[in-house]
Amino acid sequence: MSHPRRRSLFSLDRQISRRHLLRTGAGIGLAIPASSMIAACESSNAEEDPDTLTTGDVNLTGSGATFPDPIYQLWIDEFRSVRSDVSINYQSVGSGQGKRDFINNVTDFGSSDAYLTDEEMERVPNALHIPTVIGAVAVTYNLEGYEDLQLTGETLAAIYLGDIISWDDPRIQEENPHVELPDQDIATIFRSDGAGTTWIFTDFLSKVSEDWSERVGTGTSVQWPVGFGGEKNAGVMASVQQTPGSIGYVELIYALVIGKPTIAIQNQTGNFVSPTLEAVQAAAAGYLDDLPDDLRVSITDPPDGEDSYPISGLTWMLLRREQEDRELVQALIDFIYWALTEGDEYAINLHFSPLPDEVREIAIGMLEQIEVDGETVFTRPEGA
Amino acid sequence: MQQSAPVRGSSRIRLDVDAAGRGDRIFEGATKAGAIAILALLAIIILLLLFESRNIFGHQGIGQFLFTTTWDPVFREFGVFAFIYGTVISSVIGLLLATPVAVGAAIYIVEYAPRWLRSPVSFTVELLAAIPSIIYGLWAVFILGPVMRFHIEPFLQTWFGPIPIVGNLFEGTPIGRDILTAGVILAIMILPTIMAISREVIMQVPDTQRDGMHALGATKWEMIQGAVIPYARAGIAGAAILGLARALGETMAVTMVIGNASTSITGSLFEPGYTMASAIANQFREADSQVYLSAIIAIALVLLVIAMIVNILARILIYSLVGKQSNSSRIG
Repeated sequence: MSHPRRRSLFSLDRQISRRHLLRTGAGIGLAIPASSMIAACESSNAEEDPDTLTTGDVNLTGSGATFPDPIYQLWIDEFRSVRSDVSINYQSVGSGQGKRDFINNVTDFGSSDAYLTDEEMERVPNALHIPTVIGAVAVTYNLEGYEDLQLTGETLAAIYLGDIISWDDPRIQEENPHVELPDQDIATIFRSDGAGTTWIFTDFLSKVSEDWSERVGTGTSVQWPVGFGGEKNAGVMASVQQTPGSIGYVELIYALVIGKPTIAIQNQTGNFVSPTLEAVQAAAAGYLDDLPDDLRVSITDPPDGEDSYPISGLTWMLLRREQEDRELVQALIDFIYWALTEGDEYAINLHFSPLPDEVREIAIGMLEQIEVDGETVFTRPEGA
Repeated sequence: MQQSAPVRGSSRIRLDVDAAGRGDRIFEGATKAGAIAILALLAIIILLLLFESRNIFGHQGIGQFLFTTTWDPVFREFGVFAFIYGTVISSVIGLLLATPVAVGAAIYIVEYAPRWLRSPVSFTVELLAAIPSIIYGLWAVFILGPVMRFHIEPFLQTWFGPIPIVGNLFEGTPIGRDILTAGVILAIMILPTIMAISREVIMQVPDTQRDGMHALGATKWEMIQGAVIPYARAGIAGAAILGLARALGETMAVTMVIGNASTSITGSLFEPGYTMASAIANQFREADSQVYLSAIIAIALVLLVIAMIVNILARILIYSLVGKQSNSSRIG
């Protein structure tokens, strides 16, 4: 009774069935990319080694954000060579659903691109936010023959508010003195499905534009004043490519892989910075002085860092501070500690930006807070 | 022997009747269970939707929910009217475009096509029904959207734009991600449903009807107009309604081309729109507050109610047509 929970019949029912689904791994086949399937096969070959026959002793389940899904799946596969007795099942069901699952205690860990709101924290006061990697939103456009465009946040907000409707608007022209912009209508394109990408983008616009925060605000889905939506990153990218004069925003990874032009955005120090992994990491570092202890923070528009790209955001794993099953928690902590300390190389290969060292320290400090029956579980290895 | 024979016979018959009766009762029970299960399932779905959507109706009035167009999760204002509008208009466009083509194809297959051509044509049209909607969606994004944007929509705008009232339908910049494109993709998707059912219905028209018309000296066109269509009218209406029902609930393909914007209702078909099904599909996963989540479930409730209303109207329409049909066939 230390964790009184009120559940309706319906939600209990749903939890049981979902938990069952997550545990048995039913329906996962489709969700796992082919590469990780191959990796899984390889690791199952390794299981023939007698030392690793204990595979499957601890089953961890998590669900949430789609953005870090590729790196989480890779980490999970690679972690099997560290602790073969742990199998982890992560489902990328979206941050919103991931938060709900975590709050309803359906999963062992949650994952989200947006931190828990105060309302949600009231329901799980012992939630810990452990950042894993940093994401960013790239602004792309379709204006043939015009390269190296740059914008301030305010101008970007004015475009998405519908206040600026043409590329040769004086405000855009002034910020791009090196080119002569055409008299062409701007078509604004947004993500039509609810997404952490939209959250980071609108959060940035809310911080730099008072108009935006009053009229639209920050959210995974917002009431867009103008423009039209594309489905997921691919849909936005396709719409931008098909629509001359358009502007859209996608996950940085997506823009990097596809190799489309991106707009340099002005940060608080006045520099226009193009989105790169280094610039994204610099954004997190640029926030160090203002980081709260619980790391529930948006790192868009960082106050410091000349080279920081301002439309960046942390993604978190959500854990409970007080736990019951020591073996399970130990496995979970081992995994996260390993990912935070050894996982950078994998992250960079997949175009994810690793945490700056200072933030990593705070994240590891959070693992030390986790308790089972009032005792902490994790102690930092010697020399680390 | 003579006495016992009928007794034995009758007792055997009685035994058979008993056995048959038991089997009958089991069979009846099984079918009844099936029927009850379907009703119960519908009841459970409705109850669950009502239960899960209760938060929104505590948060704001049902009138505001149904009749305002502001859907703003950030400021917690939820009005679904733009979604209802997008759903209904795109489905009706689909229906208007698909029905003439589908019925025409059905008449051609039954009345005109040489026997060797019937199967290939029917087969091809019905094959359209087997294509998953995500494939329609992809096709619409990469082929249909650009064609609408660069060719069909500018053409419509040039020719119909200047006409008062009608011109309002074709205002704005063609973008190819709008209500009209969604209507066109829906038309293609519901075409096989309407065509297949219409063809079956037209084939059911008794040959005596056709022979009668021919005997009166009617041409083929007069025969179809006077005998086939009146006889098949109710069935064709039913086919169209089934197509409409499918269009109302279609999610994936429409979501990919309708633009998913709901800022205003201008009346132009070139504006991006939003349907109820795509709102649910787009926003359910990331809904991050109780009120928001329950507002999305309430959309599902509204969609279900609208689908039911359409079906009830369809029943009424078919009954009224069947009534007229018996008159007209008597006259014919």
